[in-house]
Amino acid sequence: MKKISLVHLAHARSGDKGDTANVGVIAYDPLNYGLLKERLTPEAVKAHFGSMVAGEVERFELPNLGALNFLLHGALGGGGTMSLMNDAQGKVFSTALLRMEIEVPDDVAAAAEGRGRVPEGWTPGASG
Amino acid sequence: MPSDEQMVRVASGQGFWGDDLEAPVRQVEGGPVDYLMLDYLAEVTMSIMQKQRARDPQAGYARDFVDLMERIFVRCIEGGIRVVTNAGGVNPEGCAAALVDAGRRAGVAGRAKVGLVTGDDLVDRLEELIDAGHELANMETGEPLSSVVDQVQSANAYIGAAPIVEALRAGADVIVTGRSTDTALTYGPLMHELGWSEDDHDLVAAGVVAGHINECGAQCTGGNCLIDWWTIPDMAAVGFPIIEMSPDGSFVVTKHPGSGGRVTRASVTEQIVYEMGDPTTYITPDVVADFTTIELEDLGDDRVRVHGVKGGPRTDFLKVSIAYSAGWKATGTLTYGWPDAAAKARAADRILRERLDRLGLAFDEIRTELVGWDSTHGPLVGEPPPNLPEVQLRVGVRSADRDGVERFTREIAPLVLTGPPSVTGFAGGRPRVQEIMAYWPALIRREAVESELRVEVRDV
Repeated sequence: MKKISLVHLAHARSGDKGDTANVGVIAYDPLNYGLLKERLTPEAVKAHFGSMVAGEVERFELPNLGALNFLLHGALGGGGTMSLMNDAQGKVFSTALLRMEIEVPDDVAAAAEGRGRVPEGWTPGASG
Repeated sequence: MPSDEQMVRVASGQGFWGDDLEAPVRQVEGGPVDYLMLDYLAEVTMSIMQKQRARDPQAGYARDFVDLMERIFVRCIEGGIRVVTNAGGVNPEGCAAALVDAGRRAGVAGRAKVGLVTGDDLVDRLEELIDAGHELANMETGEPLSSVVDQVQSANAYIGAAPIVEALRAGADVIVTGRSTDTALTYGPLMHELGWSEDDHDLVAAGVVAGHINECGAQCTGGNCLIDWWTIPDMAAVGFPIIEMSPDGSFVVTKHPGSGGRVTRASVTEQIVYEMGDPTTYITPDVVADFTTIELEDLGDDRVRVHGVKGGPRTDFLKVSIAYSAGWKATGTLTYGWPDAAAKARAADRILRERLDRLGLAFDEIRTELVGWDSTHGPLVGEPPPNLPEVQLRVGVRSADRDGVERFTREIAPLVLTGPPSVTGFAGGRPRVQEIMAYWPALIRREAVESELRVEVRDV
């Protein structure tokens, strides 16, 4: 077993509904969906965010998309125009969750290495 | 792949008020489409429009839309492209009138019809509705609306596809609504074209999924896309999504050939999970869709097929989006440079807070963030290193007392000469005091709104 950052195993998108942020986490490799489901329990995600999430963390499963959806209640300082946060609409909670470190089998860790990050030496204009 | 005569193509041209102004032009000129949907509204947009209307009774809608139509009206009429939008905001009447004028200027007089949908706006009916027993309780707290009714700025019911379908049947080429549900701008035209009724739960649910994918513009075609974002080509001319819907409820998400961006299973999945709650019950005015039934198939060449969507009957309620005035806020920033940038910023924050105390100013909240260090990932990033090259101090306050917030805005710039060194970034002047519009989501029995919905079709 090896501890690696979730950013190498999944991509994500987040948004807001009032004072609740949602983060959808999508496995890069659908075969890792089960592993993510096992590691990313609502309790583990709540513990990861600590004081950033005042309320409960709810989790919903979308096995059809290889995705998990998390609702982070009380995460946006009141939400909408009430919030004083730079990220009042929770747009970057996605990568905040991907910072989480989880234990994975060695072969999964090896296959995931470097995934999810810009390759070294890349500059805008290098592709596209 | 569906045959051309059965398939209905709904192109997305705007994902919010402020989106890429050229995108809808590219959508109607870049290849064949049947409908153009333009979503301008978000939770806070209605209250902003309400404020604009309070200052100017002619305002209160997305003016961008009228300017856009002047550019593309001829192309839409001659190409048989019908336009459906919620650009009407809190003044769909004013929007439709401006649209008729724009059509005349564009040269489509006598050959275009504008559809107008009203009745979603409840702000003048609140007392009457509360008296009639509609509590409009806050969906999150359970509090009845009567506790803040004097502060309400806007109140709009999310309405469904029925008035859009009615306007299309009546021959409207461009339909302007107020708070139409975002997804209905896509599935309304599909219900009309393909003859789906509200009892065709799975078909309408497929239309809702299509609408959800469409409603944020390029967010499903490579925009804000985390997966391999650095490899996505030509984002300067990103293609916005196009739904190719078949009569059986299966559809393809794609974009115009040659446009920038990328449509893959992964890019579409990111948009599907955006702003999602419980995926098994995605509630709209016309159907409850189950997003756990969505099947995606990557066909390659920027084409993703969606099928298998299931849905259930609609509920007896419509959601109401209410905004009420809830005090004032302001945010000030200053930039501190190396060495010990974060230490300087934190010392300045402490001095500022002490001065606010000495002035006897109390706030409901003061929030300090270091942009460049912790303003997005908070405490997850730990302590800033002493060699951080620079950091922006960002302090916000919130209060019911406007004068206190106003005074706060005068306490930022003095820190440049009276606080820690190596500071800059104050050239923008004093921060602006902003009114807070708090969001109050509620439910209402649908007949209380539906009895008041009106559809009108006008000649240009």
